[in-house]
Amino acid sequence: MRTAGAILRKDLRVELRTLETVPSMWLLAVITFVIFHFGLGRDTLKGQLAAGVLTVTLLFAAMLAVNRLFVAEREQGGFDAFLLAPVDRTAMLFAKASALFIFLVVLELVAIPAFALLLSPPGLGRSLPAVLLFLFLADLAFAVIGTFVSAIAIHTRARDLIGPIIGLPLLLPALIATARGIGPLLVHRTSGSPSAKWLAVLALYDLVNALLAIGLFDFLLEE
Amino acid sequence: MEGARTKHTEDAAPGHAVPEAGEAVVELDGLTRHFGERTVLREVSLRLGAGQTLAVLGRNGAGKSTLLRILATLLRPHAGSVKLFGEPLPRGGWKVRGRLGLLGHEPLLYRDLTGRENLAYHARLYRVAPQRVEAVLEAVGMSQRADDPVRSLSRGMVQRLSVARAVLHEPELLLLDEPRSNLDPAAGELVEPLIGRASGLTRVLTSHDPQSALAEADLVLALSGGMAVFVGAPSGLAQDMLRSLYA
Repeated sequence: MRTAGAILRKDLRVELRTLETVPSMWLLAVITFVIFHFGLGRDTLKGQLAAGVLTVTLLFAAMLAVNRLFVAEREQGGFDAFLLAPVDRTAMLFAKASALFIFLVVLELVAIPAFALLLSPPGLGRSLPAVLLFLFLADLAFAVIGTFVSAIAIHTRARDLIGPIIGLPLLLPALIATARGIGPLLVHRTSGSPSAKWLAVLALYDLVNALLAIGLFDFLLEE
Repeated sequence: MEGARTKHTEDAAPGHAVPEAGEAVVELDGLTRHFGERTVLREVSLRLGAGQTLAVLGRNGAGKSTLLRILATLLRPHAGSVKLFGEPLPRGGWKVRGRLGLLGHEPLLYRDLTGRENLAYHARLYRVAPQRVEAVLEAVGMSQRADDPVRSLSRGMVQRLSVARAVLHEPELLLLDEPRSNLDPAAGELVEPLIGRASGLTRVLTSHDPQSALAEADLVLALSGGMAVFVGAPSGLAQDMLRSLYA
């Protein structure tokens, strides 16, 4: 955990200094909501459509971070420096997944208000805690799978393509569960309570992926 | 004589006596490594004792950097055996990593962090006390520029920081790939106690300048196309063979 903490602090420091990832994610999310606003010609979206727009937008914005997650390690020798050190290699997974999770939370600090402003989904105010609970679990899935996929993609020449090509299908179950869970919350007469079924699906998906990632990540760092 | 075992490939010249050394730090026996169809190292065998310096000579593409990366546990051997401190690689790599220091072509420093931040990061990876960071910065003469981002430093300064990174955790075996590249004579003198013969550490070094490498070597490995064409004491390396290595 100490090693993971060192890597995480380093990643956050680099991001704060360069602002290469999070502002791009903000911009992509806001532009996408603007495009939906004008493309659909509607001031308000509700139910499943609103949930789909929100979740897909966050997923696409997350892919920007996924593509950049290991760039500094690859281009500036961070992988070699890490592999030379006498540390548990799973620390890299924990650190990178935590960094991606933090980026996603910071993305949502801007994306959710922008979504509310541009697409005025009904019931969002009342269901906000439940929506955030779904997004928390979705972020965990995006972070773990995104880190895993990014570690695969970074070793290829077409890393910007490989990330989405592998990552989006793997994230589809999380996307479906999140959108289905949030959909009923974004209607006029919502109860504001989250669906236990979709929460359980998301939590289970998070758990399975975390275990798989921990088991396989070591092999990804081998030559 | 324990210093250099004279087990050679079929083309290798006979070995020559090297000074008596302590326990084996590096032991290679038939080390072979391929990249795709190409064999980069072919059946390289030698033994390097504690406190000795091995100079690896050969022109570009001879396999010098590949050998260093295998010794650094960053690449796997495809055949033969490699032992560091008696531990076989790659299986025992995790046991010896903390005892190795690598100074390669890449500085292994993050460009957007300062020198001090980079070293502090490495100190946490190696569980080294923060005071050691200041000591190595001082030793390489970078204390004054330690808070500048690495991207703003000259190549020579980056190389000095890289030396500081490589010795930060006080390794017992130094793997040095062109260690004095980008260093002016003054900087070269500055880092001498850390990575030079005066350090007293076991060293494996590559250089495109064979004369300087030979001057500080106890043992020479001459590579040509991945083959060990000579393993032995520097005095045994004939000048015409040396010239042919770089021809």
